[in-house]
Amino acid sequence: MEIGLVHYLTVAAVLFGLGLLTVMTRKNAVGILLGVELILNAAALNFVAFEHFVAGGVSGQVFTVFIIVLAASEAAIALAIVLQVYRSYRSIMADRLTSLKN
Amino acid sequence: MPPLSALVFLGLAALTLGSAGVVAFSRNIIHSALALLGTFLGIAGLYVTLSADFLAATQVLVYVGGTLTLILFAVMLTSRIEDMKVSNPQAGLAAAFGLVTVVLLVLGKVATQTPWPGEAKPAIPSTAKLGHAFLGEYLLPFEIGSIVLLAAMIGSVVLARRAVKRSWEKG
Repeated sequence: MEIGLVHYLTVAAVLFGLGLLTVMTRKNAVGILLGVELILNAAALNFVAFEHFVAGGVSGQVFTVFIIVLAASEAAIALAIVLQVYRSYRSIMADRLTSLKN
Repeated sequence: MPPLSALVFLGLAALTLGSAGVVAFSRNIIHSALALLGTFLGIAGLYVTLSADFLAATQVLVYVGGTLTLILFAVMLTSRIEDMKVSNPQAGLAAAFGLVTVVLLVLGKVATQTPWPGEAKPAIPSTAKLGHAFLGEYLLPFEIGSIVLLAAMIGSVVLARRAVKRSWEKG
């Protein structure tokens, strides 16, 4: 069995699907962030796989490094926001944060 | 008996996707956060098989050492430990499954019907080339990335602190 590009794409696609499922079904804000991390990792894996099998060079890895940088800053900011939301509402369930309704 | 590289790939893919499944379906937010560790480690291993050794090390250092620790801190700070069983409710499963099925069908069709150049290549180290790319062609985005990190650091400190008035500030 020869491991090729399609196998890596399959892993990344299933990972993306699981991340999307997590984002859509979770009410906990931290759970939604976990799903976003899965999606970002799936995209990064695709970048590296395409670079290794198709493009050559290192530009795919460069993009993956930027994805890691942005994911780290996103996690820091989002978790700080989650902490402030918890201080204000005593809950981080996304369906209870309804101050702007009506 | 499949070759060793195929066995390694299958093991890493199983680790990645199994942990991701626990992240997506566990009823306990702490189990979800800890299962993310397996996903990150599996992806780091897949990076090694794709000759991206620097990225594998970075993945372990940044995600496992930084992001995952941060997420666990957030879970501990925002959940009441006693009602941990209901701290990770799910909603809208049917719509989510429908959308995910459609997305996977489209992605699978594209991935299988496009004629990719599919020959396997040996995994060779690429850290030196990556370093030259960052200090040459991609120097400006690299520096902008560091500014983004600095801004995110200051922003999260400002957002997460409590507004405390010292006694000597009031007068």
